[in-house]
Amino acid sequence: MSRLTVPKTYKLFIGGAFPRSESGRTYEVTSASGGFLANAAKASRKDARDAVVAARGAVAGWAGATAYNRGQVLYRIAELLEGRRAQFVAEIEEAEGVSRAAAGAQVDEAIDRWVWYAGWADKFAQVAGNANPVAGPYFNLSVPEPTGVVAIVAPQDSALLGLVSAVAPALVAGNAVVVVASERFPLSAISLAEVLATSDVPKGVVNVLTGSPAEIAPWLASHADVNALDLVGAGALDWIDLEIAAADTLKRVHRPEQGADAAAPSLERIVGFTETKTVWHTKSLR
Amino acid sequence: MSFLEYAPAPESRAILSLRDRYGLFIDGEFVDGRGTPFQTISPANEERIAEIASANAEDVADAVAAARRAYERVWSKMSGRDRGKYLFRIARLVQERARELAVAESLDNGKPIKESRDVDVPLVAAWFFYYAGWADKLDHAGLGADPRALGVAGQVIPWNFPLLMLAWKIAPALAAGNTVVLKPAETTPLTALLFAEILQQAELPAGVVNIVTGAGETGAALVAADVDKVAFTGSTGVGRAIAKQVAGTQKKVTLELGGKAANIVFDDAPIDQAIEGIVNGIFFNQGHVCCAGSRLLVQESIHDEVVDRLKQRLSTLRLGDPLDKNTDIGAINSAAQLARIRELSDVGVAEGAERWSAPCELPAEGFWFAPTIFTGVETSHRIAREEVFGPVLSVLSFRTPQEAIAKANNTPYGLSAGIWSDKGSRILAVADQLRAGVIWANTFNRFDPASPFGGYKESGYGREGGRHGLGAYLAPAASRSARAARAVEASAAPAAKTRPAAKADAEAKPAPAKRSRRTSKSAEKGAAK
Amino acid sequence: MTGTTLVTARERALAVLGGDPDDATLRRYLHGIPGVDAVGLEQRAAALGTRSVKTSSKAWALDRIISLIDLTTLEGADTPGKVRSLVAKAQNPDPADPATPRVAAVCVYGDMVPYAVEALGAAHGDPDDGGISVAAVATAFPSGRSSLDIKLADTAEAVAAGADEIDMVIDRGAFLAGRYGLVFDQIAAVKDACRRPDGTSASLKVILETGELVTYDNVRRASWLSILAGGDFIKTSTGKVQPAATLPVTLLMLEVVRDWHRLTGHKVGVKPAGGIRTSKDAIKYLVTVAETVGEEWLVPHLFRFGASSLLNDVLLQRQKLASGHYSGADYVTID
Repeated sequence: MSRLTVPKTYKLFIGGAFPRSESGRTYEVTSASGGFLANAAKASRKDARDAVVAARGAVAGWAGATAYNRGQVLYRIAELLEGRRAQFVAEIEEAEGVSRAAAGAQVDEAIDRWVWYAGWADKFAQVAGNANPVAGPYFNLSVPEPTGVVAIVAPQDSALLGLVSAVAPALVAGNAVVVVASERFPLSAISLAEVLATSDVPKGVVNVLTGSPAEIAPWLASHADVNALDLVGAGALDWIDLEIAAADTLKRVHRPEQGADAAAPSLERIVGFTETKTVWHTKSLR
Repeated sequence: MSFLEYAPAPESRAILSLRDRYGLFIDGEFVDGRGTPFQTISPANEERIAEIASANAEDVADAVAAARRAYERVWSKMSGRDRGKYLFRIARLVQERARELAVAESLDNGKPIKESRDVDVPLVAAWFFYYAGWADKLDHAGLGADPRALGVAGQVIPWNFPLLMLAWKIAPALAAGNTVVLKPAETTPLTALLFAEILQQAELPAGVVNIVTGAGETGAALVAADVDKVAFTGSTGVGRAIAKQVAGTQKKVTLELGGKAANIVFDDAPIDQAIEGIVNGIFFNQGHVCCAGSRLLVQESIHDEVVDRLKQRLSTLRLGDPLDKNTDIGAINSAAQLARIRELSDVGVAEGAERWSAPCELPAEGFWFAPTIFTGVETSHRIAREEVFGPVLSVLSFRTPQEAIAKANNTPYGLSAGIWSDKGSRILAVADQLRAGVIWANTFNRFDPASPFGGYKESGYGREGGRHGLGAYLAPAASRSARAARAVEASAAPAAKTRPAAKADAEAKPAPAKRSRRTSKSAEKGAAK
Repeated sequence: MTGTTLVTARERALAVLGGDPDDATLRRYLHGIPGVDAVGLEQRAAALGTRSVKTSSKAWALDRIISLIDLTTLEGADTPGKVRSLVAKAQNPDPADPATPRVAAVCVYGDMVPYAVEALGAAHGDPDDGGISVAAVATAFPSGRSSLDIKLADTAEAVAAGADEIDMVIDRGAFLAGRYGLVFDQIAAVKDACRRPDGTSASLKVILETGELVTYDNVRRASWLSILAGGDFIKTSTGKVQPAATLPVTLLMLEVVRDWHRLTGHKVGVKPAGGIRTSKDAIKYLVTVAETVGEEWLVPHLFRFGASSLLNDVLLQRQKLASGHYSGADYVTID
């Protein structure tokens, strides 16, 4: 006699908790073949607002952690993801309708990407920073610092890898993230949130919203307490309007990318959401 | 006679041989503009200096076309070594004509000759010298091997450091292999036009640098023109408009905007140097400095002593003729700026802050404002939040380092900050937590071509100076983002047009995806940073 | 010119320090004063050095510099003849122009004081009243390495011989070893030795020898210490150690004097000595004085230049200003 399975309720991930959308809305997520998979929470502008509050609250602690510590925390995500590999493979296989091998490759790549970015945490500042030989008796150093709260529209055509590719680099430098997951493939995003929740990532450092990017993104783009906007997955939206809205508070904006190369791993993605701070100090023996 | 009054020591204007009229500098020649010409005046006495051509949109298009031709036919094909040599030539010519440039700058801008002579012009030469050396070393700029120039850069600069901002813009752009169309501020075009003469002396190929004078509309036309890069220094308001204007394009942008810097003085500060730093922080260049230390945060335990010493020190400042070598405080750059400073000062009084102005006689002609301190300023006051861009200091107090940091960061701006303390660990920890792009510890308002400069938050993005400043004018060879941009262009952009890049990897060049619509008229005002 | 009395100075020090001037109390006090940022101090001095002093201001400055000079000879080879020559120059710096001011003082070794006094004759007097003072270096100048008794005898002898001013050196070794109480006591004792039988007192200049103190924090503390102990002047250098007077060091000492005046209402003089050779340099010092403590300090009892070759350069400049032509070395006297 076959056992009746217990399906998961997929909720949002805000401030380390898994709330339903305050709007009470959900939307139906279907498999590639059209079958019902789950009801995902359909985040509202208020959920976006709550996520920004949670992210802002997490910035100081995350940015203030040692780079070594951030690297370990990010590496820990890879460890946990590896342990739940089968779950993610099955989820992606079903959602994207790809082969098991393709789903497996995507999960492997996502895990490896965490590892790659984890290793950057205590190195990128050495590559992107500078000791500046100014013409005077000054110690002068430039270092990259996190921009703050980064809102991301995740790549829409990938359940896991696109999300990881956009979120991980923003975390490396110490930013906190509000990410709008792929509208079609939101379930892996929430499963990833479960991994994050049980990892050492502090509450609020990553906040995951599912629902309609077209509905949520404008609220994030115009939110004064968001410092940067990654439109990597917003190519199908009216992203120019988002960029214009972001300009009201001079947010740093990454324009959309599409195709296989979208959000490819790079140092630029880390440095792109940092601010170079230059410190001068007088020096003298006298 | 009092010794301290000193006899007048005016720098001679004889070194200047100005033309009566200046045209636009396009394709290596001075040409007439199609807009209505305007007069540039000395803000110290409102006397006319010269008539300046005004570029309309067609003139701007001509200039951009000239820059494009120069980019494709000459500059992008030239070796980095030779580009560098041109920049070295320019640096040397600036040094040779330093005194002339300093006099012209003080005449047109109103800043004291000792600043234009000892700060602005030497830094201009240093900037060209620094970036000259980069031109043949771009592989080491941090973007990987064989990075490529962006193409044509449209640059709009403010009136507070006219020639220095020109250098900040042009030197890295040319070193990286771009060509330039630059618009100086309406009230301070003079030194840019003298600089054009220097370019002729340097025999820089025609069209590599074009200078279009005019007001805000000229700047807006330049931002809207077919340029690959927009670099702007000026007010946050105009910067915001530019960011909107370029939204949806592939134009790369750097914005260096306003600020409301906190200058934090702890009770263990080296007090005499802190006083000098406060004075230099806010009264340097009449406070027309985006990174000016306009909010003085003093530890409460030494507040009264600091204010007292500050007033004593300000009483020795000499305000007057910008060309007098002993002048500390020159003229306010324009009637409009003076009105803005007066308005915000009146607001300060109305808000209940206590106003004190240094006892100095203001000349009858020209635009002048006495160095002014507001005490009893609270974080909620407008004079503690808005950029005055004048010689007006707001004094606030704090009790603990945490409170100092919180107050310093409590602003949408984030350009610069100062810290004064004898305790190294505290300086470094506070510097860590200040959200500002440039932190001066036990000093203020220091600039160097090797040192990146630029803001957090609404003070803009991108850096000028150093390796970072070079990167703002480069893209990686066949970059990932370029490939992605092509994908976007193919799928989303309605009317993409392509322009072949002159460099080897033409395919890698991101084509400008045209905006679907335009919602803002940007750069309508030539406000300064 | 008459220095302040020792009793007042000591009482003032006790009031400021809040306790006896022992090592611990002085250390607490001197190390509680705000630090000096060397870069900022040097920049401020450099900025003051860019003042352009022309025409009428320059004429005034040149005359004032002369009237603030301690014309100095401090050589092992000094003789009565050399001192007489120096005194003649002090009284009549430019034979071609009787309107040239006299210098403030001649500065000699203690054993040369009688010759200086004799040579000055009626001109001997307070420079604030148009006279020329005799200053004597004392206290085992320039090293200061001898017992206190000898230092006091050295001082008393010079005063007895007619010296109006004593330029003492502090014990830099003691200062650098943190024995502030000892340095204080020695200055106070020398100050005491400056008293004359009639109850008046020679003015005391305390030489810090800043070139050996090296750091600005040390200079600032030594300045406070010397003033607390009763010095009427603080003086940069003996001229025997490099670097001698520098503009930043003098600025710093002027800042201390300014702060002391604010604190107590009492005015102390400053004397940069050694290395100031040109009018251009000297004018920078005048500017620094005027913009730091105020013009009222530019009088002989509050500011002096310790110099030997400066005077002739000022005279050359003065001749240029008067005639409109550049002058030459043969048109000023060598001594």
